[in-house]
Amino acid sequence: MGVGIEVTNLNAWYGTNHTLQDINLNIPANHATALIGPSGCGKSTFVRCLNRMHETNPIARVTGTVRIGDLDIYVDAKPVEIRRRVGMVFQRPNPFPTMSIYDNVASGLKLNGYSNRRALDEIVEKSLKNSALWDEVKDDLKKKSGASLSGGQQQRLCIARALAVDPEVLLMDEPASALDPVSTSKIEDLIFQLKSQYTIVIVTHNMQQAARVAEKTGFFLNGRMVEFDSTHKIFTNPSDKRTEDYITGRFG
Amino acid sequence: MTRIRFQQSLDELKENLLVMAGLAEQAIQRAIEAYRVRDLSICDLVTRSENSINRLERDIDQAALDLLAMEQPMAIDLRFILSVIKINADLERVGDAAKAISDRVRNMEQMAVADLPVDIPRMATLATEMVRKSLQAFIEGDADLARTVLTMDDAVDAMNRAAYKALTKVMEEQSHIAPQALNALMISRALERVADHATNIAGDVIFWVQGADVRHHKSLAKQMEREAKQLEREKEKEKEGNVAG
Amino acid sequence: MNEEKFKFRSRMRALTDNSVTALSILATVIVVAPLVAIFVYLVYKGASSLNLDFFTQIPKPVGETGGGMANAIWGSALLLLLASTIGVPVGIGGGIFLAEYGRGTKLANAVRFTADVLNGVPSIVMGVAVYALIVKAHIPFLPFTGHFSGFSGGVALGIMMIPTVCRTTEEMLLMVPHAVREAALGLGVPNWRSVLSITVKTASPGIITGCMLAFARVAGETAPLIFTALGNSFWSSNLNQPIAALPLQIYVYALSPYDDWHRLAWAGALVLIVLIVLAVSLVRYVTSRGVLKGAS
Repeated sequence: MGVGIEVTNLNAWYGTNHTLQDINLNIPANHATALIGPSGCGKSTFVRCLNRMHETNPIARVTGTVRIGDLDIYVDAKPVEIRRRVGMVFQRPNPFPTMSIYDNVASGLKLNGYSNRRALDEIVEKSLKNSALWDEVKDDLKKKSGASLSGGQQQRLCIARALAVDPEVLLMDEPASALDPVSTSKIEDLIFQLKSQYTIVIVTHNMQQAARVAEKTGFFLNGRMVEFDSTHKIFTNPSDKRTEDYITGRFG
Repeated sequence: MTRIRFQQSLDELKENLLVMAGLAEQAIQRAIEAYRVRDLSICDLVTRSENSINRLERDIDQAALDLLAMEQPMAIDLRFILSVIKINADLERVGDAAKAISDRVRNMEQMAVADLPVDIPRMATLATEMVRKSLQAFIEGDADLARTVLTMDDAVDAMNRAAYKALTKVMEEQSHIAPQALNALMISRALERVADHATNIAGDVIFWVQGADVRHHKSLAKQMEREAKQLEREKEKEKEGNVAG
Repeated sequence: MNEEKFKFRSRMRALTDNSVTALSILATVIVVAPLVAIFVYLVYKGASSLNLDFFTQIPKPVGETGGGMANAIWGSALLLLLASTIGVPVGIGGGIFLAEYGRGTKLANAVRFTADVLNGVPSIVMGVAVYALIVKAHIPFLPFTGHFSGFSGGVALGIMMIPTVCRTTEEMLLMVPHAVREAALGLGVPNWRSVLSITVKTASPGIITGCMLAFARVAGETAPLIFTALGNSFWSSNLNQPIAALPLQIYVYALSPYDDWHRLAWAGALVLIVLIVLAVSLVRYVTSRGVLKGAS
């Protein structure tokens, strides 16, 4: 089951660059929430603050609170623990090149010491089914390497890999931007199905995609969150002129 | 500014709709003038402009469809194009109403002039005033102006109902001028429809500018009231039942 | 007019293209030719002296014919094993530090600088240094010190391996795409595990190449062994004593006045090159099979 995310007064810096300013928002559980905004507005940084991935950059700094469920992720737990509960799918598919499909999906568990063979088999199958990839690869699980699949399949493999560790939240940073329309549709259908089990946050440049998959949408601009409302409202009658200018493409 | 071509397309769409609006307004005014002076040549003008209006309706709908498909308009742009499509249909019907009036005038050509207890010109003035105002609201994107049109509809409806009462009485009691009365009744109906279309146009303008759907608010409010009362009555019955049981 | 100009330019372009291609081929031939020439000459001079004795017998005393370099081959193998045990882990560890943990720090810059300097140290200087530090110095609690020994030779060779392995490891690790690292971190894998199981594993073909380059280089080094391993005419597996080594033996025999020993030297040179090529090929074969299997 998914949990809600509560963000309070979040500020983020990369060195002296104040990338995120006073972000406050509540992401509902078991829903898909889309984050839109122009390049450099901070939406990717924000998402990385949700699983403390921004800390991999040594000059990154964060103040404020992020509660995932009832856990304050900056106070109550270490980054490694958080990342096991908050999964991430990146813009470009990045399966581990030296591992087979099976090992890729199981990697999150194996690398953390899990070794029960039968249980792993079950988890791999379940994850691949949940990411709509099982039928296409079930015969080549251990023979084919992860990198030998097509782009769309690789991305679904990465989703399966993220799902295998059974997270509560799934963060997706422009998951379909490198894919063709058919693969994109498959991923969007997938997000629809996954919503009931996980809380999904999806960063996207593609507004039509946000409109298709998300119940709530947040518009980021210059490090601030300008508007956060139901997707319907944002796309038919947004409250803020800046939101409307962005949505209608009338920027600058 | 980005999306210049798209903005130009939107401006063009608006312009074409206003051309059509001009034709529809002109048709109504001509039809009423034909009624006033009983001039058949004016009726011919109305008939001919009907073709232009129909052609324009198709062109505008096509242009709107293209914009929806090709440009993925959002928010205000989407509402604008939707309202253009609907205003388009209403204007075409206004044209139809004008033609209906001019047909009645043609019909009455052979009849004697009768003194009827109905003020067609006043109704016409009101109706055309509503059309003009709603189109002005569209040109300027003025939702407040559009709301004033909504309030004028009641007056026209009242006049139409009065005309119906009066003219049916004439048809019963003064059967020698029944044909004229019937025609006058149909013209009154047509004008009432024109007023309705103007109300629709005003509602579409409000939807475009403010994103608010003000249609059928009166009847919907009445419906909601009825349902609330029904619910209360059922609750009362339950209570009584419990007390008794 | 334009048509003619175009045709002329096309022909000139084709001509340039062809001549540069020809020059490249010529350059390749010039580079490869000496290699081939050396090998052919070695075969010519040394093949006739190759027999089973060469691989099974130790050198005969001066004056007697026959004998072989079996002890030298064995000694080289032991020395290289010791050298690899020192050079590979330290080098890879250094490379991992430079690429993954010390990026941008002053310490990393110092380590990198040191490695580069070490790389440039002439091998004989290395031999002299190890001589002074291990052979000459009597360190009470280290039994290997104070005398010539295979151990000191292995140490010298090992130190020489470190810079190559370290720099190559660093380069190869840096070539692993950042996305792969992020994927591992995003799964909640601790950094050390990600480095070892993902990054190093992905870079392992390149790292192994680096190790083999270092191995091939020190396998033929003679100068460092002169003051350390010293050489041994007898069969020995004791690293605490002087030990024979193939390059060393070749050197000694080549400079000797005996024709017999000259024969053996040629044979030894041929065998040395062949053994290095075989060792490298074997490692390549074994590891390429392993990577494809994708075992984690």
